[in-house]
Amino acid sequence: MLELQNISYNAEDENGKKEILKNVSLKVNDRFVAITGPNGSGKSTLAKVIAGIYTPSSGRIILDGEDITDLNITERARHGISFAFQQPVRFKGITVKDMIKMAANKEISVAQCCDYLSEVGLCARDYIDREINASLSGGELKRIEIAMIIARGTKLSIFDEPEAGIDLWSFNNLINVFEKMHEIIKGTILIISHQERILNIADKIIVVADGEIQNIGTRDEVLPDILSSAGTCHVLTDKM
Amino acid sequence: MLTEIQKRLLAEVADLKAAPKGAYNIRSDGESAARNTTENINIVTKTDKPGIDIIIKPGTKGEDVHIPVIISRDGYQETVYNDFFIGEDADVTIIAGCGIHSTGCELTEHSGVHTFYVGKNAKVKYIEKHYGEGEGTGERVMNPSTVIVMEENSYMEMETAQIRGVDSTYRSTKATLGDKAVLKIGEKIMTHGRQSATTDFEVDLNGVDCGCHVVSRSVAKDDSKQLFISCMNGNNRCHGHTECDAIIMDNGNVAAVPKVNANNVEASLIHEAAIGKIAGEQLIKLMTLGLTEKEAEERIVNGFIS
Repeated sequence: MLELQNISYNAEDENGKKEILKNVSLKVNDRFVAITGPNGSGKSTLAKVIAGIYTPSSGRIILDGEDITDLNITERARHGISFAFQQPVRFKGITVKDMIKMAANKEISVAQCCDYLSEVGLCARDYIDREINASLSGGELKRIEIAMIIARGTKLSIFDEPEAGIDLWSFNNLINVFEKMHEIIKGTILIISHQERILNIADKIIVVADGEIQNIGTRDEVLPDILSSAGTCHVLTDKM
Repeated sequence: MLTEIQKRLLAEVADLKAAPKGAYNIRSDGESAARNTTENINIVTKTDKPGIDIIIKPGTKGEDVHIPVIISRDGYQETVYNDFFIGEDADVTIIAGCGIHSTGCELTEHSGVHTFYVGKNAKVKYIEKHYGEGEGTGERVMNPSTVIVMEENSYMEMETAQIRGVDSTYRSTKATLGDKAVLKIGEKIMTHGRQSATTDFEVDLNGVDCGCHVVSRSVAKDDSKQLFISCMNGNNRCHGHTECDAIIMDNGNVAAVPKVNANNVEASLIHEAAIGKIAGEQLIKLMTLGLTEKEAEERIVNGFIS
């Protein structure tokens, strides 16, 4: 179980200090949790605080009863946290197979590589020797990013907007990927998403707005509220 | 008989554990330690200056030539002239390389002057590795100079690597391309400590529809310095492309000085240069896979110049 206790995160820019996360507390113990909310609400920051990429200004993070607040990114990864970037990183000279091998943290065969890549709709034969460089499209990189999380198979997997940059075909498969992933890994999957269809398969939905948790509950409790989207500008909704 | 040190140098620069198949010439401390020729490839010692002529018969297909140089004598300095005559329609791989082991305080130096005459329709792959080792304080210096003359429709690929142990390098590569000739050069350099490396390319794209691609990837660590100079002269309808991609670490310094010179309205010349430290997000990504920052750094650098 993951528990956040009174997490705050401040960032500084030219206009001074800005509070990105304000005293966020929550417990995640479900198989499938979605975090949603408007752009700039602090969702990605929250995910990065959990992965250790950002250090919170205050508050504690507890994973399975252990305080991991002071652990760095590497140590948290080794404690069973995986993080899929919203914008995957490119590497010159590192191949898809190298990356999957690093993710799996062991020597893997082409057949095993194929297992992971086929889950995200990529044929291993075409991809394993390709470099993770500019020759791959954004969508391909995104799928490889997800395959790496599957290869890691940790107890907590965080996805930052996995649907961004993925075409419709892949998107349909993405839902299957998450469902299957849970069957295989049995851990908690935490997804930041704006997509109704992803929210639809969540056991728990957390709505973040302006650095705070605005709503939290089961799909049936939270989803109707989001869809009626109280407060949305009428000029925009009329045009949609 | 080769010593253990000589054997190790050979393994480093030429991936050789035993005498290679096919034609070879192993030069050790200025002497020809072993040589083999084949029906199609002849190796002849020059009479006017140190070095050899490597003569490859027209139409020779799929043969390799190994010409490694090893130096294990402190303070030994040499300039060696090797000329390659590659016959029409030949398709061969040439593996050169130089390893220096020095334990003393004297300067040890190898300057190889290689000239390639690539015949009509011939294909050549040329691989060159430089390596230095030893506890000595004496500088290990290698100044390779390569001249390439390419005839019509010939193709040459040149891969050079200098990853460890060479204190100072000045590499000069000059090429002249005929009609439809294509030259590809891939260079990998890593410097550390107080090492310095300069590479200087000058390519004359003289033939119609000829093309040249130079890709240089380098890493400069500690207090090392690198200078990348390239000059491409487009004298006909041709394509030229140079790319200098460098990672700097610690107090490393890399400068890129490109010159693309179009003398013909149909010449298409491109230069790209990118120099910078390892991207923070690359380190973070690998750390989220469980690597430490140091391991992530090594992995990124190794990938970059492997």
